[in-house]
Amino acid sequence: MTATAVPARPVKDREPGPQKLREMSRQVGWGVLAWVVGIAFFLPVLWMVLTAFKPESAAQTWPPRFAFSPTLAEFRLVFSGWGPFVTHSVIATVGSTVLVLLLGVPASYALSVHPVKNWRDGLFFFISTKMLPIVAAIGPLYVIALKAHLLDSIWLLIILYTAMNLPLAIWMIRSFMLEVPRELLEAARLDGAGRIREISGVILPIISPGLVSTALICVIFAWNELFLALNLTVTNAATMPMFLISSVPQEGLYLAHLSAAATVASIPVILVGWIAQRSLVRGLSMGAIK
Amino acid sequence: MAQVKYVSASRVYAKDAPPAVSALDLDIKDGEFMVLVGPSGSGKTTALRMLAGLEPLDGGRVEIGDRDVTFVPPKDRDIAMVFQNYALYPQKTVAENMGFALKMAGVHKDERARRVREAARLLDLDDQLLTRKPKALSGGQRQRVAMGRAIVREPKVFLMDEPLSNLDAKLRVQTRSQIAELQRRLGITTVYVTHDQVEAMTMGHRVAVLAGGLLQQVDTPRHLYDNPVNQFVAGFIGSPAMNLQTVPLTEGGARIAGTTLPLPAAVRTAASQAGLRELVLGIRPEHLHVANGSGELTGPGNLAGSRALAGEVLLVEELGADALLHVRLAESGDSVVARTEGRVSLAPGQKVTFHVRPEDVFAFHPETGARLAG
Repeated sequence: MTATAVPARPVKDREPGPQKLREMSRQVGWGVLAWVVGIAFFLPVLWMVLTAFKPESAAQTWPPRFAFSPTLAEFRLVFSGWGPFVTHSVIATVGSTVLVLLLGVPASYALSVHPVKNWRDGLFFFISTKMLPIVAAIGPLYVIALKAHLLDSIWLLIILYTAMNLPLAIWMIRSFMLEVPRELLEAARLDGAGRIREISGVILPIISPGLVSTALICVIFAWNELFLALNLTVTNAATMPMFLISSVPQEGLYLAHLSAAATVASIPVILVGWIAQRSLVRGLSMGAIK
Repeated sequence: MAQVKYVSASRVYAKDAPPAVSALDLDIKDGEFMVLVGPSGSGKTTALRMLAGLEPLDGGRVEIGDRDVTFVPPKDRDIAMVFQNYALYPQKTVAENMGFALKMAGVHKDERARRVREAARLLDLDDQLLTRKPKALSGGQRQRVAMGRAIVREPKVFLMDEPLSNLDAKLRVQTRSQIAELQRRLGITTVYVTHDQVEAMTMGHRVAVLAGGLLQQVDTPRHLYDNPVNQFVAGFIGSPAMNLQTVPLTEGGARIAGTTLPLPAAVRTAASQAGLRELVLGIRPEHLHVANGSGELTGPGNLAGSRALAGEVLLVEELGADALLHVRLAESGDSVVARTEGRVSLAPGQKVTFHVRPEDVFAFHPETGARLAG
C-alpha cells in the first residue's frame, strides 16, 4: 500500500453568486405566495372558530372585533341538541363507506386486474351516474323512497350515500390496482393463489394506503352531504348538516350559534384527515412513488 | 425430473402482427440448463411465459415431462419462476415470501419452515434476513430471495426471466456462476431467458438463439460459436461481435482489403449455384492477427496459408490483458474490430496489416443471411 491521493476538498463559497440569489428570491416568492393562498383559505375557518367562542351579541359587529370575552355558551347549546343528528351522521357515513369499500374492491378488480368483457362500458357507466345533477333525480328518488317506505330512514341515506360515492371510489381503487406490478400478480398465480387470495393476500396490502384515502374521501362526502338529507329526511335520519340548518332560527341572532355548530361539525373530518394524512398523500400520489 | 418440449408452439398477440413466437420446436432434456437468448422482441420471454402458463398458445403445444400442459393453469404445472424484477410480495417477510407457494399448497407449517430454512442456507441467506421485508434488503439479497422462492417449491422446471439484469456488473458475474453452480447441484431442468450473450454462453448447457419470433439455432455454446448457421447467430454470439463485410466475389475467392481470400470449394459452389456476385464474409476479431511494423506476427505462430489485409488504425481500446483495434480496411473503407493478444504499440493513424487464415472465415448469403456451406 502506498499513499493514496487525498481528494481536493471543494471550496465553500462565502458569498452567494447572482445565480444563487435569483434562486433564493424565487424560493422566497413562492413561499410568500403559498402563505397568502394558505391564509386566504384559512381566514374564514379562523373567523368561524373565533365567532363560535363569542357571545351572540359580539358576533354580529362589523368590523369584526378580535377582543372579546370568550364563552362556551354556544357550544353548550350545540352539545345539548346535537345528539340524534351526530348519531345519524356517524351511522350513515360509516355504513355507506364500509359498503362502498365492500362493493368497490371487487368491482375495481373486475375492471382492472382481470377486466371483464366490455369493462370500458362498465367504467363509463359508473362515472356517467355522476354526470346528472342530483337535483334532476330528486323527484324520482323521493317517489321511490316513499313507495319503499324508506323516507326519513337512515337506511335510505346509507344506500344513497353508497350509490353517490361508489363511482368515484371505483375509479380511485381501480387506478391503485393498476399500479400493482403485473409480475406480482403473475407470481401469485404461479404460487397457486386463487382470486380471493390474490385480492386479500397480494393486492389489498399493497393498495391499502389508496384504500384509506378512498375511504377518507367517501367519509368527507357523506358527512358533508346536505341535499339528499334535506329532501328525504325530517327527524329520524336527520344528519349534522341538517343540524347546522336547524341552528338558524326564524328570527334573532344566530351567527355565534351557527359558528359553534359548524366548528363542531368540521372537527371529525379534520380529525380523520389529520390522522390519515400520511396515507392520504401517499394514496393520492401513489402513481408517482415506485 | 422432467424434460420440456415445445411442439410448433406459437403465440400471436394481434391478428395482423407477425407472431411473437412462431412455431417453436424445442426439446429440453431432463436436468438441462437451456438458455433462450435474443435481442428484445425476439420472443424469448414470450416463449418462457408460454411454458409458465402466463401466455396462452395460439397453436402447437407445450409438454413438461411427457404431459401436455398447454391448457393446464400455471399453478398445476409444477414450475417455479424467477422474475426480472423479482416480484417479491412487499408486505410479506422473506420467509413468508419464500413459503407462500407451499402455504397455498397446504404444506404444514413446520415442514414449510424447514424447507425455507434449507433454501436460505443453500443461498447463503442469513436466518435474521428471513424476518425482514424485501424493502430492507439489498438488490443482491432480493435476487437470492427470488431464487429461494423458486427453490423452496422443488419444482420440475425452473423458469428464469433475466434474473440478473437488475444487478450491478460485478454482482452479476458473481451471481451468474452461483446460479449455474446451484442448477448443477439441484439438477432441475432450467429454462433461462437473457438478452446477454455472455450469460448465455457461460451458463447454458445449450443455448437457443431466437430472433423475430423464430428459433435460429440450438446448440452448445462452443458449437454455436464455432458453427453459426446464419449471419444473425454469427453476429449475435461473441463479444466483440464478428466482423461482417459484404465483399465482391472474384475468380479465386472474395476480394477484401487489397487481397483475395480463397474460399473453400463448397462455398464457391454454393455461391455460384445461388448466382451470387457478392457475399458476406464473417471474421471473428480474434482471427485478425496483427503484424507489427516490421511484418512480425504478434498472434499465435501457425498462420500458414494466411492472407494479409491492409488497413489503418482508427482507435485502440486497451482492455489490460488484450486490446481491441478498430481498423479501417483498405479499398472498402469499412471498419472492423480486431482483438490482439498482449500489448500492442499501435496508435491511431498507423498503417497495419492483418493475417487471416481462410479456414477462419465464415461466408453468408447476402440476402437470406444463411451460412454458405463451408
